[in-house]
Amino acid sequence: MIDLIRGHYVYFFLAGLFLIGLYAIMFKGNLMKKIIGMSIMQSSVILFYVSSAYKDGGTVPVLDPRRGVENPDLYLNPLPHCLMLTAIVVAVVTLGVSFAMIIDIYRNYETIEEPLLLERLKDEA
Amino acid sequence: MIGPQICMLIPVVYLFGALLVPLIGWRRGAAGWGMALAAAAGAFFFSLGGLAGVLQRGSLSYHLGGWMPPIGIEFVMDPLSAFLEVVITGIGLLAVVYTRRSVEHEIPDRLMPFSSLALLVLTGLSGMVITGDLFNLYVFLEISALAGYALIAVGERPASYAAFRYLGMGTVGASFYLLGLAFLYMTLGTLNMADLSRMLAVTDVSATVAVGLLLLFMGAALKMALFPMHGWLPDAYTHASSAATALIAPIGTKVAGYILIRVLLYLLGAGEKGSGLPLLSLLAYLGAAAVIYGSILAVCQSELKRMLAYSSIAQVGYIAIGVGLNSALGFTGAVLHILNHACMKASLFFVSGGLRLRLGHSRIPRFTNALRRAMPWSSAAFALAALSMIGLPPTAGFFSKWYLALGAIEQSRWLFLGVLLFSSLLNAVYFFRVLERMYLDRPGIEPAERPTSVARHEAPPAMLLPAVALSSALLVIGLGNTWIVDRLIGPMIPGGM
Repeated sequence: MIDLIRGHYVYFFLAGLFLIGLYAIMFKGNLMKKIIGMSIMQSSVILFYVSSAYKDGGTVPVLDPRRGVENPDLYLNPLPHCLMLTAIVVAVVTLGVSFAMIIDIYRNYETIEEPLLLERLKDEA
Repeated sequence: MIGPQICMLIPVVYLFGALLVPLIGWRRGAAGWGMALAAAAGAFFFSLGGLAGVLQRGSLSYHLGGWMPPIGIEFVMDPLSAFLEVVITGIGLLAVVYTRRSVEHEIPDRLMPFSSLALLVLTGLSGMVITGDLFNLYVFLEISALAGYALIAVGERPASYAAFRYLGMGTVGASFYLLGLAFLYMTLGTLNMADLSRMLAVTDVSATVAVGLLLLFMGAALKMALFPMHGWLPDAYTHASSAATALIAPIGTKVAGYILIRVLLYLLGAGEKGSGLPLLSLLAYLGAAAVIYGSILAVCQSELKRMLAYSSIAQVGYIAIGVGLNSALGFTGAVLHILNHACMKASLFFVSGGLRLRLGHSRIPRFTNALRRAMPWSSAAFALAALSMIGLPPTAGFFSKWYLALGAIEQSRWLFLGVLLFSSLLNAVYFFRVLERMYLDRPGIEPAERPTSVARHEAPPAMLLPAVALSSALLVIGLGNTWIVDRLIGPMIPGGM
């Protein structure tokens, strides 16, 4: 049991983070909180990739003359980090677009609370 | 003559077009639109060239930056991508032609940003189809999705909220996809599709890979608006401007369907071999549920665009059934239906935008048979596309349903056959409801009250032509379907079927 936790605690933590984000997107009434949830969820996926690149005793993937190039286990895998740079950019853009939409929603309906918003939408229709 | 570079050219033309549009259209939006039109035409030309090249010489592959594939990113044009690329760029070109008058009417002063975003959506969609790298596919998915959210948010007043819901669901879908990809990458150590499929062919599917595949499936199904993950679609399509809907609705969800085809049929291999995951059956049953649910709700709608949106949910279900049947006939039906539905739905949305321009609304109960005389060509285009949706021969819609039905019969899966037939009836109900109002006299109205002469008030040519062109294309596709199936779809059927 202890071994399971010691070996996998990162994954438990990240799964928890992912679920918290998903919960916020689905059940929170405030649009801003939904965006926060979205951001938490994306961060958990990004951290998941980054954690997959980790090796015990590895270092940054820049040639270190003392370590040489013979044993790749001495260096971390740089590819997941590169992929996640792109994913971070995507996450930032998503945030930007969603903020712009929230501003537009607030200008039109003067609320970002979903129940109130739905009421006003129904009145309008 | 046609080298592998043509794979790269299609998304690049769109991308550079999208960047040039704001520069050229800074002062005059119309000039920016002209640039967008040129880019869309260029991409269509290149995709036709690509299709010709693939037909002559087999798959083309381009290695970005000269890095060899499994390490570098690879753009691949095989028969399936080349075919879908032509569908995407063709609909994209007509949608850009349509954009100008429609946007000037519905969202004035937004032509330049609209054209630029439309090209970005097309960059993403065409890139998704052509890339040979699963992470690259995610990037293109997000490019098209983010530009699509912005396009949908500009429309009627509730559009921004509808787009926000779409954004929430879309981001969840993309995160699922990315997470699933992480599982695959951590176990198999590659992101290249060809490499991955070779590895999956020789290794047993472990639990980790199975979870990854399930997550990929859910992500793609969310993006595809497969029942019961369709919640975002009706509002988004209804409240967006007509031009945005006409661009996104015909091709957007189908490209997500392409991810499912690629992952389930090509990467996993036709057999799903021993993964213990009934993903294909799940897909077929969800598709059947989507067909029935979407058709019934479409019957209940009184807004034309909303009705078409629910009908889109149903039509995506047909594609899901075809893929889920996991046979050559089902696959043929699904791919043919991607083409047919893109043409039909684009034509119907084009006409609904024309109605909004000329009548100021698109509410079905307020249509009268004056429409037939005021807008004869639009009505004709609508009627033809509607008949094809119902599936009357010789329109294209009949043949995709025919292949799907044959696929269901071949495997004795009578449930799916029943669903196909029942939904055709429902299609007939909701389209004849519109056609009846467009074409027939209402018995309740006295002849004296009838308008004797109705002024011709046809939609402008730039909005009419795309609709008429696509509706006539339905007849051409219908009559030429054997050629399409033999020459274009035949080579792309995955091995082992």
